[in-house]
Amino acid sequence: MTGQSHRGAVTAKNWIALLAIIVVASAIGIAFMLALNWFPEQGSNVAPMIDTFWDVLVIVSVPIFVAVTTMLLFSVWRWRQKPGEEDLDGPPIHGSTKLEVIWTIIPTIVIAALTTYAAILLVDIQAAPAKGTRVVNVNGVQFAWDFETETPAGPVKSGRLYLPINEPVKFNVRSKDVIHDFWVPAFRLKVDAVPGITTTYNLTPTKLGTFDVVCAELCGLGHAYMRQTVTVLTAERYATVMAGLARASGAKPPAGGAAADVAGEKLFVSGNPATGATACGACHALKAAGTTAATGPNLDEMLTKDDAAAIMEMIVDPNKEIVPGYSKGIMPANYATTLTKAELAALVKYIDQSVHGKG
Amino acid sequence: MAAKIRQPGWYRALAFSILGVLVCLGLSTGLRAAFSVDPVYDGTSVLQISLLMVPLFFLGGIGCFDYWLRWASGRTVVDDHADHGAKSWRDYFKVNTDHKVIGIQYICVSFFFMFIGGLMAMLVRAELASPGRQFVDPNTYNGVFSIHATLLIFLFVIPVFAGIANYVLPLMIGAPDMAFPRLNALSFWMLPVAGTMMLLSFLAPGGSFAAGWTAYAPLSVDAPIGQAFFTIAVQFAGASSIATALNFLVTIITMRAPGMTFFRMPLLVWANFSTSLLVVIATPFIAASQFMVLLDRALGFNFFNPANGGDILMYQHVFWFYSHPAVYIMLLPGFGIISEVLATRARKPVFGYRMMAFSLLAIVLLGFTVWAHHMFVSGMSDWIRIPMMITTAIIAIPTGIKIFSWVATLWRGVIKMDTPMLWAVGFISMFTLGGISGVMLAMVPLDIHVSDTYFIVAHIHYVLFGGSMFTIMAGIYFWFPKMTGRMYNERLGKIHFWLTFVFFNVTFAPMHLIGVQGMPRRVSDYADQFATWNMIISISSFILGFASLIFLYNMIVSWRSGPKAGSNPWNSLTIEWQVSSPPPIFNFDSIPSVVGGPYEYGVPGAVHAILDQPAETPVAAGVGAASEEN
Repeated sequence: MTGQSHRGAVTAKNWIALLAIIVVASAIGIAFMLALNWFPEQGSNVAPMIDTFWDVLVIVSVPIFVAVTTMLLFSVWRWRQKPGEEDLDGPPIHGSTKLEVIWTIIPTIVIAALTTYAAILLVDIQAAPAKGTRVVNVNGVQFAWDFETETPAGPVKSGRLYLPINEPVKFNVRSKDVIHDFWVPAFRLKVDAVPGITTTYNLTPTKLGTFDVVCAELCGLGHAYMRQTVTVLTAERYATVMAGLARASGAKPPAGGAAADVAGEKLFVSGNPATGATACGACHALKAAGTTAATGPNLDEMLTKDDAAAIMEMIVDPNKEIVPGYSKGIMPANYATTLTKAELAALVKYIDQSVHGKG
Repeated sequence: MAAKIRQPGWYRALAFSILGVLVCLGLSTGLRAAFSVDPVYDGTSVLQISLLMVPLFFLGGIGCFDYWLRWASGRTVVDDHADHGAKSWRDYFKVNTDHKVIGIQYICVSFFFMFIGGLMAMLVRAELASPGRQFVDPNTYNGVFSIHATLLIFLFVIPVFAGIANYVLPLMIGAPDMAFPRLNALSFWMLPVAGTMMLLSFLAPGGSFAAGWTAYAPLSVDAPIGQAFFTIAVQFAGASSIATALNFLVTIITMRAPGMTFFRMPLLVWANFSTSLLVVIATPFIAASQFMVLLDRALGFNFFNPANGGDILMYQHVFWFYSHPAVYIMLLPGFGIISEVLATRARKPVFGYRMMAFSLLAIVLLGFTVWAHHMFVSGMSDWIRIPMMITTAIIAIPTGIKIFSWVATLWRGVIKMDTPMLWAVGFISMFTLGGISGVMLAMVPLDIHVSDTYFIVAHIHYVLFGGSMFTIMAGIYFWFPKMTGRMYNERLGKIHFWLTFVFFNVTFAPMHLIGVQGMPRRVSDYADQFATWNMIISISSFILGFASLIFLYNMIVSWRSGPKAGSNPWNSLTIEWQVSSPPPIFNFDSIPSVVGGPYEYGVPGAVHAILDQPAETPVAAGVGAASEEN
């Protein structure tokens, strides 16, 4: 090699500087990553375990990225082709067994350590629930969840999930149509709801409040709207709510305390998020409501010859008769459970009047 | 006109396609009438049979089978090479057996679908710019992101690598062409068929296929007829992949020039050898998964109907047994490209050449042992999760070897930071990030929280965009002078890189965050808390999309009127650079002899291959180590 000064050997000073840059940049990177507010609030006993695991992964990962990028940038900065070096070649270094052994063994150790940690953590998370743990049956249907809490007096159905704080609960997750995924981000766990089998997980809610229940597996048109809530209550409050739910006739939940006088238009446009009743207007066009969606049939055109009773039937049992050009099973068939009788009546009245220009 | 319809070409393809539809119509109505099915005419039935059969009629019409049919029927076949090589631009629109023409065809068609798939991504981002509904209804939205992924995977990343290798690989190993030139042509022509079919699904009643590129059953079984377009198009794209991979394998094994031992092969050849092994072994599995969906849909087979003993998780196992190796099918050829670019532009041998080759094979082997890591929350048996986590994490080791060896290749090189090199260095850094988030995802406890969220979306884009796409760009800029004989505009190339690099990160890095915070993927609407980040991501993605127009402009203008490049503008040692740009129609006047390794930069007097230089080809402008062998 020629005598260009910048092509000289990498000195001990260079190495110290490089190492210092990697250490400092890694420290800054780790601090930044840990300072970011990554996770939603911690709502279950599992959440702190997962969040700590994440921190460990970040602390291991950042230095790897920083080291690779620093070496890249240093090489490019130090050995960039200068004018007059167009015909110059680098030294014919073909490899170094020592180096190759080192960068095979170190990642192997890191991987072994991380997978061991992960496996132990997984065993903890999956620990079988104690006998007598409360069981909640979670049923996914396009595009809503309904819940069935098992009690000594028989199952209590609800369109909204209620759980008592600090008591273990086991979810039996099922689906009636396609694959859904039962996920409460604040709890950190999720599992697919698979038709034909029952999947489970168990955890202990540790925080009072209301959290999102999200469907995480693409399940069709209404997938994005398959969002409900879980409310974690104190033991006393929980007992009261469950007693109320059990008293309520049949399986109809109190729809978040709906008043007798229900606004049909509001139900049509926004549904009832508390019970998981999807908004009609998300899929159907209706001039009076100003909705234009084309996922389902246009109601102004489709319902011209139908009376209130027929409309009620279509809402409660949408798969009975399908408008040509549309598919079976797209519209949720759960309105009989997610809406109260009063709400259904109000909704039917609203649609009937809107389509036929009455009222 | 009649003469035109008798000749292979577009007129005959059109006539045959119409004939095909009529045949399918006859077949469907005839059979239904024979078995007294009412009604006799059923549009869905005709459509599904047509989707399977009309492409074959089209391929016959365009001329893919002429030679074989002639030969099989015992008529005289003339080997006059009439369909070999391009004399004018029109020849690129015909069935051609020249690997260089097919390579260009592959690359151009792939990029055509890349731009359409990219446009779909813009639509997705426009819809997601703020919560609530912006432009499209949920059905269209699901269709748009499904087609986005499907086009970019099956019609861009996989075939564009096949295109680059088609052009470069036979030249690199000193072969006059691929082993099976006619099969090569057929492989190519199945691609536009598959891509067109996917796009046509937008016209299907009930909308396009909308179950994601993963097309999980039973959603895909219950979906409207648009889904059949996916199910069947994937068969053609898959058949194309398999045929090309077989072709590469046979070419590499049997057609290397004398002296080209396996350990003198450039790493791009190694990479495509490994990729082809993956394709040949894995691709039949996705074909199976889609045939099962098709049989369920069309004939009520109940593969995935639990009420009749079907098993829904089976779909995912069969699907991912292909689709995880597919990730490596979409990466390994890129690894090869990076090795070529780094060695040539840093003027140094690839560090640890043998380990680079072995690590490719290790990835092939391990790639088949990890598929169920896509299914950690699917409800499969719990015990499978730990072994799959371990095998997945182990892949980081050969991948790490490659990354560290690339960095070591740069070390003490004479590094020319031009456009191909920018993409290559950018790739190493971005792919490291994608690899790291991959190891995180392998960790079951974390995966349970982040699977099916935007964290996954971020990860796959760091791997397939920061990974595959960056290597594709490095390769396209690197071999552009060889393919066209002209030089691209360096300044535009650099602007393209920097815009892409910056806005790639602004687009995809925040997705890690909103994913962990709880935003699921594949949604047209989301909770308000994610609104700010989604707006930033959308704006950034539009700039990212704009950057690709600079690339398009650069390629078109440079191809037409760029400065002449000469045969070896990079002063490279590998064989493709020792012939003219573009290379002669049969590549070499006589087969080269290989006498040394491919990357002996810095070794005084080192030569990779000896060619009989044709008299009219002038020696390359650059004079370095390469000039020794001229």
